[in-house]
Amino acid sequence: MSKKVSILLTGMLTLFIASTGFAGSPTLKGTVKVDGSSTVFPITEAVAEEFGKVKEHRRVRVTVGVSGTGGGFKKFLAGETDINDASRPIKQKEIDKAIKNGVKYIELPVAYDGLSVVVNKSNTWVDFLTVAELHKIWKPGSTVKTWKDIRSSWPNQKIRLYGPGTDSGTFDYFTEVINGKSQVSRSDFTKSEDDNVLVTGVAGDKGSLGYFGFAYYVENKDKLKVVPIKQGDKKPVAPTMTTINNGSYAPLSRPIFIYVNLKSAKKPEVREFVRFYLKQAKELVAEVGYVPLPDQEYQKYLDKFESDFLKLAKH
Amino acid sequence: MNRKQRKLKEQLFIWTCRVATWMAVAILFTLLFHVVREGIEWLDLDFLDSFPSRKPEQAGIKSALWGSVWLIGLTAMISIPLSLGSALYLEEYAPQNRWTRIIEINLANLAGMPSILYGLLGLAVFVRYFGLESSLWSGSLTLSLLVLPVVVIASKGAIRSVPLSIREGAYALGARRWQVVLYQVLPSALPGIMTGIILALSRAMGETAPLIMVGALSYIAFLPESPSDPFTVLPVQIYNWAARPQDDFHGLAAGGIIVLLVLLLTLNAGAVFIRSKLQRYKS
Repeated sequence: MSKKVSILLTGMLTLFIASTGFAGSPTLKGTVKVDGSSTVFPITEAVAEEFGKVKEHRRVRVTVGVSGTGGGFKKFLAGETDINDASRPIKQKEIDKAIKNGVKYIELPVAYDGLSVVVNKSNTWVDFLTVAELHKIWKPGSTVKTWKDIRSSWPNQKIRLYGPGTDSGTFDYFTEVINGKSQVSRSDFTKSEDDNVLVTGVAGDKGSLGYFGFAYYVENKDKLKVVPIKQGDKKPVAPTMTTINNGSYAPLSRPIFIYVNLKSAKKPEVREFVRFYLKQAKELVAEVGYVPLPDQEYQKYLDKFESDFLKLAKH
Repeated sequence: MNRKQRKLKEQLFIWTCRVATWMAVAILFTLLFHVVREGIEWLDLDFLDSFPSRKPEQAGIKSALWGSVWLIGLTAMISIPLSLGSALYLEEYAPQNRWTRIIEINLANLAGMPSILYGLLGLAVFVRYFGLESSLWSGSLTLSLLVLPVVVIASKGAIRSVPLSIREGAYALGARRWQVVLYQVLPSALPGIMTGIILALSRAMGETAPLIMVGALSYIAFLPESPSDPFTVLPVQIYNWAARPQDDFHGLAAGGIIVLLVLLLTLNAGAVFIRSKLQRYKS
């Protein structure tokens, strides 16, 4: 028997050979814990990657999770994480929780995302959609079943709808802007938390219409047709880096954020990470497919972060 | 029914079974072909030895690969003794009464529970209540709970199928009960138990949902050095890449899937090897 036990144990132990990592001259030490939205994740990942390349930061361990904006806030407000990635602003319920738990935080916008409304490539009739038409399509109990129901000059083609799942910040934002209240929407559409599924759906379905983040449209330009959006009396505007950045692609441009726990910011490694984030954001944001804020904004938020932190440190 | 008709029915039945088998194999190979075609170009030593990156050509699965190895190792070390112990107790010692029946029914139910529920349990109990945070401990304890019922049920079956004559022979030679269990029953049942363990650990290796729940990370650029370190695993990394908009990341995801498959095959091959050794020893 002992022979068998030893064979078993050796088998298990061989699974355990792990190599160790880092060496170098450390000045900063500790952990920076980030969690939250999968929309913001690519930006934070890029920042964490660059942050780790700086020699002085080599002993700082940055970890990034993807629990979703809401799931991330739960951990953030329990004091379990230092920073929360958020694809929507914090909700009133969450603010109340923060006050109750004595968590002080600062909200820092880091980039814009333009929610893109897309249709199938073979859709020849759609030239633009107005905000009112979008509302007509997506409102709860909407009776729109064919394209003709939206505009009478359009063909009697059945319309099939695609959108993100109800847990997503994208869904929150779209419903708030188009239907006037967050989470209020017709429910008979194909939902997926994975935007690639929506891309495939819209690309393979002639009468389809869907919406998702700008980066997913940009990467699939050859498979999809984007719909310019007309707000009020203004001209229809299609989402591009420029129109999202200068705010003319309205109302479907949204800022995305990081929330920093100010108590965590007392730790030098967290403070340094946030500074690094705002300094590098402009370049990295564009690289991973999002739209940077106007130049001076990053400096503004950096100053705000420093002054908020100082205010708290005095108390 | 004449002979011809019976023959025809026979042929029909054989072909139905054949087509069913081919369908399964065809689907598997289509999937494998698709994954290999997309992922093979990303596979090289750098891929295995690099941390995740926003640049696909620099990205690798180092942290996820080692995270998976750590996690499965820990899960095996926690779950195997526990499930062996409970299977032996339930089969060899426990009286057959209402309580053991309730336990057995519960085991069967637990084996079929959606894995996300184990994640919720792990988050509440290990991460929060025991304060283990989002560490390898929390992850492996959660996965241990997940595989426990499967291994116990498989082990119970294997132990039950040990012929009575072996036990009786041992008793006849004057062995005590624990000697019979440890030296006769367990070795005879071990091949069957191993099969259960392999299947359960393979399942654990592919789990994503419960691990995300207990806080497996998506970006981590260091390797765990102890079980109290944070971690990520292959399926989480693969899912993360597959959900990105850029095509190159989908290739990386396919590459990750190939690595996961190879790791699973290695694990299974190792277990099959150990099992065949044990069988030879027995005979």
